[in-house]
Amino acid sequence: MADTRPGAGSRIIRWIDYRLPFVAMLQHELYEYPTPRNLSYWWNFGSLSGIMLVVMIVTGIFLAMQYTPHADLAFDSVERIMRDVDYGWLLRYAHMNGASMFFALVYIHLFRGLYYGSYKEPRELLWILGVIILILMIATAFMGYVLPWGQMSYWAATVITNLFSAIPLIGQRIVTFLWGGFTVGNPTLNRFYALHYLLPFVILAVVLLHLIALHRFGSNNPLGIDMKGPQDTLPFHPYFTIKDLFGLAVFLLVYSFFVFYAPNFLASSDNYISANPMQTPNHIVPEWYLLPYYAILRSVPNKLLGVILAFGSIFLLFVVPWLDTSPVRSARFRPIYKWVFWLLVIDVSALGWVGANPPEGLVVTVGQIATLYYFVHFLILFPLLGKLERPRPLPFSIATAVLQGGGGAQLGRAGAPIARP
Amino acid sequence: MLIRIVASTALCLVSCVTAFSARAADETPPLPHQEWSFDGVFGTYDRASAQRGFQVYKEVCSACHPVKHLYFRNLSDLGYSDDEVKAIAASYQVTNEQPNDQGEMYQRPGRPSDRIPGPFPNDQAARVANNGALPPDLSMIVKARDGGPDYVYGLLTGYKEPPPGFNMLQGMQYDVYFPGHQIAMPPPLSDGAVTFADGTPATVPQMAHDVVTFLTWAAEPNLEPRHRTGFKVTLFLIVVAGLFYAAKRKIWAAAH
Repeated sequence: MADTRPGAGSRIIRWIDYRLPFVAMLQHELYEYPTPRNLSYWWNFGSLSGIMLVVMIVTGIFLAMQYTPHADLAFDSVERIMRDVDYGWLLRYAHMNGASMFFALVYIHLFRGLYYGSYKEPRELLWILGVIILILMIATAFMGYVLPWGQMSYWAATVITNLFSAIPLIGQRIVTFLWGGFTVGNPTLNRFYALHYLLPFVILAVVLLHLIALHRFGSNNPLGIDMKGPQDTLPFHPYFTIKDLFGLAVFLLVYSFFVFYAPNFLASSDNYISANPMQTPNHIVPEWYLLPYYAILRSVPNKLLGVILAFGSIFLLFVVPWLDTSPVRSARFRPIYKWVFWLLVIDVSALGWVGANPPEGLVVTVGQIATLYYFVHFLILFPLLGKLERPRPLPFSIATAVLQGGGGAQLGRAGAPIARP
Repeated sequence: MLIRIVASTALCLVSCVTAFSARAADETPPLPHQEWSFDGVFGTYDRASAQRGFQVYKEVCSACHPVKHLYFRNLSDLGYSDDEVKAIAASYQVTNEQPNDQGEMYQRPGRPSDRIPGPFPNDQAARVANNGALPPDLSMIVKARDGGPDYVYGLLTGYKEPPPGFNMLQGMQYDVYFPGHQIAMPPPLSDGAVTFADGTPATVPQMAHDVVTFLTWAAEPNLEPRHRTGFKVTLFLIVVAGLFYAAKRKIWAAAH
């Protein structure tokens, strides 16, 4: 293995590093970076999400070179990419399914954080930055979905922008302002395109902040206890680079199955009909990753309240570190929360199913129960469980738990979490 | 309390699913699945079937429906030689995109680089010729309908007498698979409507099968390179995943 300690390497690198310690920083953060030795494969989803962001930006830039953001030309220009641009079909299907993959990865990442209490002290800001990324992703995905200017693009844009009309007094003026006209039209498409190009770079910046916050205290781990010393950690390279690479190959297999063999499985067939303001599709349904919010929106009979709760369901995540009063991070040692967590998974899945179906009969009832439970989960069960639940005893250290007696007992010592300068 | 919520949620889910499937069964039978040459990981377009399908489109469907996204040059994908594509293009009259030096738009024989012209100059002309209904563009129809090729096949072969008591509107036809069952398009296919050069009997199911193969190609002309590339990518990733896994085992061997 090459010597990559700071100051090592060629004279040019040493010359640069003395003035701009970039290689030293990479060395510090990607090579030596002490990582809990007991991370499971659930910890792969953060780096996978980061890679997916890069895939989306790269495919997106090449698509932008061929796409025409004009209401009369957008739909045909996308078809032109699919038919006449070399590997255009690959770029377009990779980007379109990439959005779904990105959300799937981020949702798993988010639920992993909820299960293992990764948002708790001292990682509150890390979590908050993650929620900001999620909100930016939703905005970016929504505007990207409008760009092909198919039927579902047009009507999704109409429905979602109209949510702002629920704001009392100035709502309608805000909607007109968002549209740049009196209906969704060419100005809307143009500004959505501009923002859809801009926001991924904003996401990239927030991801960098997310990483800085992560590297301050290092990753949480399945035991949810702090790293107490070198015996609890392994250097990031080669242990976690290779683990992440293996996870990446497996993920790419799933991703390429969709891209090559089921490229339209997650898409709506209505979006292959070009936008027609005179004809509303039978069921206006968002992409799968927005269905739970859509279900919450529709479950409330009052429009303003529905909008508040749908947005609130995401904004609620900001205060999760303070809603959860339990001192124990990992659900492994929380006998009740362990089960309550899965209730939330079922609840959000039920909301997804509700959002996909027309709001009739039992769909409405399930939607209302599931909406109620979502808020009860965070606002009532979270604070309550911390008080009522009796957590199981925590292991002394990561090393003792992993090495089972071996070197753990002699090496383990109590102490404050390692904070890195 | 919690348990009750979970139980009632689960109950609701089960009863919803059964209620929906029961209701759906009253209205539209499930689409009959056809064997398509383009199905599956190695699926390709059956060239003979797609060529017959193009003939059905040209002699029957194109009286009302355009295929806006297709150019004559695309037909070489279906196994037509360059000369055949030129001959097909030349058999159409197309309006030149630019006016002549007198400032007049003019018609000329088609070239491979031209779009396949549609039957009507605009949507209004299409509607007035079709009792107010607009015949949709067919170049994307297979991707633009739930059920895809099976749906289009079902629609073409699904014309029936309306059940007794079914209230039909003036000038509409009953179709088993069309949403709402009332379709403005008269039954497009009848036995012997075209004569296939290769001697295949032109029955309605045969013509429907062939034209759906053609239309699926029209909607997804890059399906074959997609399947081929996908196979290579998948093989590559399986090998790479295996290598990474072996490397991971080796690197981690001492760490456990």
